[in-house]
Amino acid sequence: MKTTHAALAEKFIADEPRTDWHDETLWFVREKRDKAAHGLPEWEQLREWGSQIKNHTLSNLYNYLKEFEEKAVANGIKVHWAADGDEHNKIIHEIIRKHNIQKIVKSKSMLTEECHLNEYLQEHGIEVVDTDLGERIVQFRKEPPSHIVLPAIHLKKEDVSATFHEHLGTEKGNNDPQYLTEAARQHLRDKFVQSQLAITGVNFAVAETGGFVVCTNEGNADMGAHTAPVHIACMGFEKIIPKAEHLSVFLRLLARSATGQPITTYSSHFHKPRPNQEMHIVLVDNGRSRQLGREDFRNSLKCIRCAACFNTCPVYRRSGGHSYHTAVAGPIGSILNPNLDMKANADLPFASTLCGSCTNVCPVKINIHEQLWKWRQVIAAEGYVATSKKIGMKGMDFLLSKPKVYRFAGKMGRWMIRIVPFVVNNKLNVWYKQREMPEPPKESFRDWYLKNGKTNKK
Amino acid sequence: MKVALFIPCYIDQFYPQVGIATLQLLEKLGCEVAFPLQQTCCGQPMANSGFASLSKGCDINFVENFSGFDYIVAPSGSCVLHVKEHLKDESHPEEAKKIRNSIYELTEFLTDVLKVETINTRFPHKVGLHNSCHGQRGLALSSMTERMLPEFSKPEQLLSMVKGIQLSKPKRNDECCGFGGTFCVFEEAVSVKMGKDRIKEHDANEIEYITGGDTSCLMHLEGILKRQGSKVKTIHIAEILNSSL
Amino acid sequence: MSAREKILNTIAINQPELTALPLIDRNALIRYEDVYAQFKTVLESIGGKVELVQDITELKEQLIADKASGNFVVNTIAALGDVDDQVVSFTASELEKLEKAYIKGTVGVAENGAVWIYESQMVNRLLPFICQHLIVVIDKKDIVPTMHQAYDSIDVAKEGFGAFIAGPSKTADIEQSLVIGAHGARSATIYVIE
Repeated sequence: MKTTHAALAEKFIADEPRTDWHDETLWFVREKRDKAAHGLPEWEQLREWGSQIKNHTLSNLYNYLKEFEEKAVANGIKVHWAADGDEHNKIIHEIIRKHNIQKIVKSKSMLTEECHLNEYLQEHGIEVVDTDLGERIVQFRKEPPSHIVLPAIHLKKEDVSATFHEHLGTEKGNNDPQYLTEAARQHLRDKFVQSQLAITGVNFAVAETGGFVVCTNEGNADMGAHTAPVHIACMGFEKIIPKAEHLSVFLRLLARSATGQPITTYSSHFHKPRPNQEMHIVLVDNGRSRQLGREDFRNSLKCIRCAACFNTCPVYRRSGGHSYHTAVAGPIGSILNPNLDMKANADLPFASTLCGSCTNVCPVKINIHEQLWKWRQVIAAEGYVATSKKIGMKGMDFLLSKPKVYRFAGKMGRWMIRIVPFVVNNKLNVWYKQREMPEPPKESFRDWYLKNGKTNKK
Repeated sequence: MKVALFIPCYIDQFYPQVGIATLQLLEKLGCEVAFPLQQTCCGQPMANSGFASLSKGCDINFVENFSGFDYIVAPSGSCVLHVKEHLKDESHPEEAKKIRNSIYELTEFLTDVLKVETINTRFPHKVGLHNSCHGQRGLALSSMTERMLPEFSKPEQLLSMVKGIQLSKPKRNDECCGFGGTFCVFEEAVSVKMGKDRIKEHDANEIEYITGGDTSCLMHLEGILKRQGSKVKTIHIAEILNSSL
Repeated sequence: MSAREKILNTIAINQPELTALPLIDRNALIRYEDVYAQFKTVLESIGGKVELVQDITELKEQLIADKASGNFVVNTIAALGDVDDQVVSFTASELEKLEKAYIKGTVGVAENGAVWIYESQMVNRLLPFICQHLIVVIDKKDIVPTMHQAYDSIDVAKEGFGAFIAGPSKTADIEQSLVIGAHGARSATIYVIE
């Protein structure tokens, strides 16, 4: 049977103290975000500007991408286009082969996760060292990141300690984050110094200048990119923005939304390779141009990958990133992934209560919860929900749209109890597993009203 | 002022006292209230499950029942939001539009339309307020912690008029309780965990009641409270506002 | 059809009708009574150190002492003394032992404690990242309130590389515990010249 968010979440929650810890840790990040946003009286205006700049960019994407390419090439950067993840991986593989590269460092790039670059290269006998601390931790553990900004947020320091003891020979049982980070620093400095190729992501690419910006707190993108003789920056084409001055809006929004910092430690602006360095940019589509054509969903392409929607999502905090079984988890992942593979990700738009908190924190005003609702309609129409659910819904419609049927069923008592298990096609009543049923009253409101409603008035 | 009362299906079937309190409250406040007798459901359960296409029958029935009133009032933010956002009737588009624009959740109707400033009521108990998401974020019944805008709360404004009430807020004032419509069964584990966490924060305030504007959220919390053997009860805000009128 | 054509053609078909860019109303932006005080407060809250210096010559002695300590120290600021131009061609393994780097910054940003540094000011792109301790010098008059004014006063494409740097390297990837000194500098001190 397919592993769904609901099933994986149930497994996650089985360890309740750990779930509480995960929830609290991410809520702490949400609170830091609130504090940072409160520090700027123009916060809501800033979100509006961010949203409008991105809307404009999507409406003129063709020209901006061509402008970017032209300027980047003039700056001495090699520009590649990849229609999908496989093409992206092949382009990178080809560069590696051409230079006979053995040592590769990579800073965080959710795009390379989306394209499964590491796995692809591994299959071809090439090892990539992830250099973001969180990513290195999960890489050692052979796990995918569980969060796009905090890749190892599902792990406790005891877990990290055990992993580092095994892979880096750190002291057994020393759980001090300072000590563990220092060990990673020493280990990865060696990797940086020896690196022949640095792969980075891109936070923003500027059409008017042909340059791109990479933001990190650790400095790992810079350590790699300024050391290796070859630098490949990978970006989904929606990372483009029109002008350098627009960076002000996005850099003000990004770190505050992500972690509550006023800005990331390093916001590095790359325009030209160093002397004797080769710099490449891979522009990736992988379903994005298709999403651009979906009117209801295109504005998901405004996303700047801050993960504020993860941290605020009450479902994410209590189910963990791995329960979303995709590279980009959380609410934004749940509206992006059905575009990539509707059948495999049909469960994700349902992994939400539609509470709307995600939409409220989004720095570029993506209407995430409304898109979750709309994806549900598309997924149901395309037939990617269980037949039992569909039959159940038809039954509900029959019951609820016909006043007489509705009242008759109501009189029979507890119609909801009858419907609910019917909908989930389960002999057990799922509601009752951890909750009592409401006690059915003697009469419905309508029955009461017919008897007392009119006479109740003075 | 002709007001039509919309009592959502699960309130009609399981919580008639909420409907009664709403009706009595509106009448005491001088409204002429009609209860269209052929009403059923707004269609939200199907629509939120991806089957908005199947809720046409509910929509048509809703328009049939609720056309021709100045206002439509319901004691549920969630159902009101659904009607506001999704009610459609191809044969009566104008009527559907008028309904979408004239339907109100109970508390916003009291504060914004009736402009209630005093309510002669007493409820001498410790009460925790649960902000339901669809009312709060969907209908903007109160400010939201995510947004950097001035603070306000329509339900709190009304509850502050109640004599003897000791109102408290949970630590995370606007976190979802996990009901989420059919989410409560399809994602049972997360749903219940979310509900338990809300209750834990209310428990920390040593309250006797959890109140709110959506019976669906309260039904979910009540189910967990009862299973826990808790003494804490749930009560719809209409019942408090109508308590000793 | 090449991937490029395929992508661009699909975009041309699928992109929505043109919408306008917003006008960034500068009157809506936060103002600080004292941009230096704000800069210092923010930078210190994110692990940086800020010191006000009357004259850049005051730092000369410190540089001399640093260099005399036997540690590998690089100066890139002409006003402080001889510029270590030779590092321009140094490799990562040569710079790996770098204890301290003195670098001039162009603009400081009050709202977030960031300083813009051009590649020419770094001399070698790796310098501010690979050093154990980073010293940045800026002029007090070059502190602006927000990123909007910062981008007004720099030209990001003037040189091959440039960066906003706000404090020391840090991470919170282990249980959200803040640790200073991830891969880059373990400390960042900004001297602000009056």
